[in-house]
Amino acid sequence: MTQPVLSVRGLTTSFRVDGAWQSVVRDLSFDIAPRETIAIVGESGSGKSVTALSIMRLIAEATGRIEGEIRLGDLDILAASEDQMRDIRGRDIGMIFQEPMTSLNPVLTVGAQVSEVLRRHRGFDADAARAETLRLFDLVRIPDGARRFSEFPHTFSGGMRQRVMIAMALACRPRLLLADEPTTALDVTIQAQILELIRDLQTEIGMSVMFITHDMGVVAEVADRVVVMLRGDKVEDGPASKIFASPQHPYSFKLLGSVPQLGTLGGSDMPRRFPAFEEDESDPRASGKFAAEAADEPDKRGADLLQVENLCTQFTMRGGVFARPTGRVHAVENVSFTLRAGETLSLVGESGCGKSTTGRSLLRLVEPSSGSILFEDQDLMTTSRAQLRAARRRMQMIFQDPFGSLNPRQTVGAAIREPIVVHGLATDAAADARVDALLDQVGLKPEHATRFPHEFSGGQRQRLCIARVLALEPKMIIADESVSALDVSIKAQVINLMLDLQRDLGLAFLFISHDIAVVERVSHRIAVMLLGEIVEIGPRRAIIGDARHPYTRKLIEAVPIPDPDRPSRHIGRVTDELKSPVRPLDWTPAQAPMVQVGPDHFVRES
Amino acid sequence: MTHANTTAAPRRYLRTMLRATGTALVKAFNTNKTSWVGLLVFLAVCALALLAPVIAPHDPIDQDVFQRLYGPSAEHWLGTDVFGRDILSRILYGARISLVIGLVSIGLAMLIGTVIGLVAGYYGGRLDIVMMQTMDVLLAFPSLILGLIVVAMLGPSIPNLIFAIALTAIPPFARIARAPTIAIKDREFMEAGRALGYSDRRLMFRHLLPNILPEVLVMGSIWIATAIRVEASLAFIGLGVSPPTATWGGMIREGFENILDSTWLVLFPSLAILIVVFALNLLGDGLRDAIDPRLKGEQ
Repeated sequence: MTQPVLSVRGLTTSFRVDGAWQSVVRDLSFDIAPRETIAIVGESGSGKSVTALSIMRLIAEATGRIEGEIRLGDLDILAASEDQMRDIRGRDIGMIFQEPMTSLNPVLTVGAQVSEVLRRHRGFDADAARAETLRLFDLVRIPDGARRFSEFPHTFSGGMRQRVMIAMALACRPRLLLADEPTTALDVTIQAQILELIRDLQTEIGMSVMFITHDMGVVAEVADRVVVMLRGDKVEDGPASKIFASPQHPYSFKLLGSVPQLGTLGGSDMPRRFPAFEEDESDPRASGKFAAEAADEPDKRGADLLQVENLCTQFTMRGGVFARPTGRVHAVENVSFTLRAGETLSLVGESGCGKSTTGRSLLRLVEPSSGSILFEDQDLMTTSRAQLRAARRRMQMIFQDPFGSLNPRQTVGAAIREPIVVHGLATDAAADARVDALLDQVGLKPEHATRFPHEFSGGQRQRLCIARVLALEPKMIIADESVSALDVSIKAQVINLMLDLQRDLGLAFLFISHDIAVVERVSHRIAVMLLGEIVEIGPRRAIIGDARHPYTRKLIEAVPIPDPDRPSRHIGRVTDELKSPVRPLDWTPAQAPMVQVGPDHFVRES
Repeated sequence: MTHANTTAAPRRYLRTMLRATGTALVKAFNTNKTSWVGLLVFLAVCALALLAPVIAPHDPIDQDVFQRLYGPSAEHWLGTDVFGRDILSRILYGARISLVIGLVSIGLAMLIGTVIGLVAGYYGGRLDIVMMQTMDVLLAFPSLILGLIVVAMLGPSIPNLIFAIALTAIPPFARIARAPTIAIKDREFMEAGRALGYSDRRLMFRHLLPNILPEVLVMGSIWIATAIRVEASLAFIGLGVSPPTATWGGMIREGFENILDSTWLVLFPSLAILIVVFALNLLGDGLRDAIDPRLKGEQ
């Protein structure tokens, strides 16, 4: 066997917490062969990122301790001096991070930031560094590199920034690239481009890649070998195809089984619960099994609950000395749809397409510019403040970040109780009983009421948010990316809870999400948004199976499929990005009409 | 304080919340141990001031022409002044004036300033501009000068001094309340509150205020020291509470004429001011250091 590029033996990384050492990664061993891609997978808190930081020795020495052995070729990383490490970082090991928005310095041009690496590690002078930077921009497919060289990061989109980060990481032709969730913050179509880029560059430069991710679809796309981690321990490793085909460890089995797969309920019109994983809750290492695929949810759809017609929401951009209007963001443009009681309509689209603004406009959390919102036959656009507040009770919203949407200084019991008291739905004494009942309804215990939000896990917090919303006995819930931030197994549980509530309470959901695999599970109907407009709307089965609009097709094709044996897709060297919905002041939307292409299935002519 | 309207919440939630705030405070104190020293010294001074009628060895305004300008002795521990009054007793009674003016004026400034900052930051727009520019105008005057103008116009009395000092201390509180308000008002739990149909007033005072209160309280402890200093300075230039009432600034002013041969006249009241101001600064600085990282760690 050839000598591995990186060899990790018995890695244990600990942090000092309140005076005691707590290990975050324990006894981890793996090798990375030349030109190999290894994926480290696991849910949040499994120690994947700490592993990467340990390899770079970026753990603060005062509060962290790295033990074991890490060898880069012949060099012992843990024994190297700090000077040696500075040479190694960037030159031998490149690293890209999850958040391209914050990993670039906003006050330096992107060109300067890439050149700096070249001048620091390869001793280039300014001209040579510039030439090499332009070559790198070309390599990572940044169009018009010469012009963009002297632009600042804020003019770059997320995907373009990640390309700059990759260019920086590759500047010195490292032997090893550490990619820590590099595509998690990106849209699916951009993610597909970046993954393909990394794959291509790997063959061009001949480097090894250590890919950290929680997304099994991404793993299947890129990895040769997989290391599965659980709470700091490696539970399984092996070739990707073997892990996917027959996972040995119960946790890998659970992790893979929980991944929503697009196209699994092709023949059905109704939403369906995720198969529940039956296990001993206290010990995730114990084996368990998935229940059989659930039956379709019963159809309990009733009369029209919400009718939205020609909804427009625009934001005026101001600039210049007197803050004159200089342009308009057409965040929501002429959007119309209806939602029936007990029905789930999903709004899908990529970041900036206006799906969240649509949801917020319905509640008038942002003020729509025009259009009508008919909710239970009441026009929310013309109601008084008091009536609006009453209507908001019947139409509720849960947010993406469950921790952020709970007041950190309020006990969860008080948080759930407050809406009941504010809207006078129960007396003081009855309210306490109601809180207990609501906690029970979302699968939590009454004694949780006196705890604070930070004492709960992500999934539990989202349950709390759901309980708080249910306190108002709403008819309809707007779920804005409500499960996007959750780990896969937790995601399935929360989705199942939402489906149970829909069945028991006849709730209507407006499910806003970018994750089409999840959307497929929960929706009756899907609306696809692009640049503020709905480009296609129809029954879920028709949209997933028979998409008509080119953008819908592109969106569905970009979803990574968790199957490593599937031939890797080639979308070509596309670098296209979403256009922006910022328009000049005098712009009038020229909308093509919607055409009916099937029962209840409409598509915008293009 | 403005968070008094939490009575609607049932006991158990309120109790857990108070207990949590208590533990957070103790933790903050422990992070920077010198704040314990500051707190203990300040509490000791408060106790002495409160007990002044019981423990003072002499009447603070009782003159004795036969015992003028005595140095420290067993009878008069800190000596006597030009009218033969016991300096220790005057310092103890003076502490009451200093503390009352410091605590009440800063309490008032904290209340008004926080509400102004909260409202300005929450609503933003023109209201914010008008309110904060008014604050900036006030802030442009050094506190001593502004206090001097107000007291000179209204006359030196305890309520007027409190009003003058409160006026100078409102702008910093408005500022310190406004900055985090702007940062917090767009957080998701505020938007969630709006979606749940909560009124602006409820969102401001029950959800936002508890989040900015630690910063405001820390600021308060530091500003009490400033208020005590300003009161003493005003008394020193003759605009304090009228004689013969004992005030620290007034004692320094009276002793100043004999500073060369009877140093203790100025030394002991100055030390009193120094000790209180130092204790409050220790307390406030320590808490400020402790509270910043704690807030970050929570998020």
